[in-house]
Amino acid sequence: MADFLWRAITAGLLLAVVAGPLGCFIVWRRMAYFGDTLSHSALLGIAFGLLFDLNLQVAVVVSSAAIALLLVLLERHKSLATDTLLGILAHSALALGLVLLSFTPTQIDLQAYLFGDLLTVTSSELLWLVFGAACALALLLTQWNGLLSFTLQSELAQVEGLNVARLRVLLMLMISLVVAVSMKIVGVLLITSLLIIPAATARLFAHSPEQMALGASLCGCIAVLGGIAASWFWDTPTGPSIVVVAALLFAVGSLRKA
Amino acid sequence: MNQPTSPPKTDTATAATCIPQALLHLHAVDFHAGDRHILQQVNLHLTQGQILTLIGPNGAGKTTLVKIALGLVVPSSGTVNRSADLRIGYMPQRLQVDATLPLSVQRFLQLAPRSTAADITTALQEVGADHLRHSRLQSLSGGELQRVLLARALLGKPQLLVLDEPTQGVDLKGQAELYDLITRIRDRHGCGVLMVSHDLHLVMSATDEVICLNQHVCCHGHPEQVGNDPAYLELFGKAGVEAMAVYTHHHYHEHDLHGNVVDEHVHDANCQHSPAPSLLLHPNAPRRSSH
Repeated sequence: MADFLWRAITAGLLLAVVAGPLGCFIVWRRMAYFGDTLSHSALLGIAFGLLFDLNLQVAVVVSSAAIALLLVLLERHKSLATDTLLGILAHSALALGLVLLSFTPTQIDLQAYLFGDLLTVTSSELLWLVFGAACALALLLTQWNGLLSFTLQSELAQVEGLNVARLRVLLMLMISLVVAVSMKIVGVLLITSLLIIPAATARLFAHSPEQMALGASLCGCIAVLGGIAASWFWDTPTGPSIVVVAALLFAVGSLRKA
Repeated sequence: MNQPTSPPKTDTATAATCIPQALLHLHAVDFHAGDRHILQQVNLHLTQGQILTLIGPNGAGKTTLVKIALGLVVPSSGTVNRSADLRIGYMPQRLQVDATLPLSVQRFLQLAPRSTAADITTALQEVGADHLRHSRLQSLSGGELQRVLLARALLGKPQLLVLDEPTQGVDLKGQAELYDLITRIRDRHGCGVLMVSHDLHLVMSATDEVICLNQHVCCHGHPEQVGNDPAYLELFGKAGVEAMAVYTHHHYHEHDLHGNVVDEHVHDANCQHSPAPSLLLHPNAPRRSSH
């Protein structure tokens, strides 16, 4: 089979594995809108990267991390409800990104960033993904109990000696990192779905947080393989196909459970 | 100290024979949020083996004071002294577990730092919740969840237990049992207990000292000092007397079991309160949302 296909499959599976447990935290902590905000603002990173001639991956990682930290700060002194705040940030970042992109010297394939272009993943992009996924997985494994404890009751976790401020920032940075490196795979408009849908599917059958996290990774992998297969055989767009397969898994799971 | 059924008073006497260690000392604590004064000049002192209960209406600053004691909130002014390396077991007011998080009681307890399987078994047995070990956290009743939270607080072998409304969402019978349990735990471990309570009828015989809080300390002292009427205790029958007492704050009138006023308090020049007896919650009376 072609090299590009292997790269696409590897990239997709890596993302699915790390998106599983992270997606669980997004579902448990009701942060879906947060993921959306980060992914929408990722386009802003691309625009800055092109304008100032930076490495695009670095630009996206840095801008996502900056937006995540900004959100942590804004949440602390909140004068608006969090969902309103996130809505404002998400869409103004997306709009600003689109406006700035019109000033860039080189024209880019906007479609690829909005909906992903998994089949054109390059070796260097794959390396970035391996790096991002490895960091996120290592952090998730070592901080798992702390993150769970903090998700359940942050004050109890704090009294028990956890540094909850650090855990909060850590979780947000991990999500922003994964969002940044996975832009190419499903696109900014669909990244959140790959985090949430597999977690929601795994939730139907899981009896422990760990089962749910692993199940979410597994569902994500099936969705990635199914989406790439659909794309290969029927020439459908890859990113959206992955999300459609994930949604189908969720639908089937819900029906079986009901 | 290891007589679980002994009434609290006996135990206080025993504890007094050895020198009780001061666990927590708050001096002249002020807290304001914006221009709202939440706490003014609050003093609090808690020693080993002592149960101290904070009572007061909603918005009185009880939870804020607890959070200051725990170090979760920094006071605007005043000093907070905790004894060195104080091990604290905390039972938060609320545990809202998202329905999407599948979590058994056992897994929840494993999240406590350095808890072993043996610790978990001991703690669950101690609070009488061993049979719930494999239940889903979200399927527990109010009383069961509170017991599990208490077990988690016990896992760190605390010298100080901080309980924020330990009987929230628990029926009357369960409330009495929980206070009884808290007293037994204090007796067995000799830990200090700082708790917030709304159950004025029940808490009095389960506590050594009461602080009546309404932004400032309205009054404090032994339950008898703050107000205790033995005649009222008799209404509950002998079986319940040890664990159940009635809040007979001399500021207010009293109720019988049916909620009828049996002894109207006469307001006089010594009263330092508004006449509304809103502090008094009767178990049979529906809880008003204003509390």
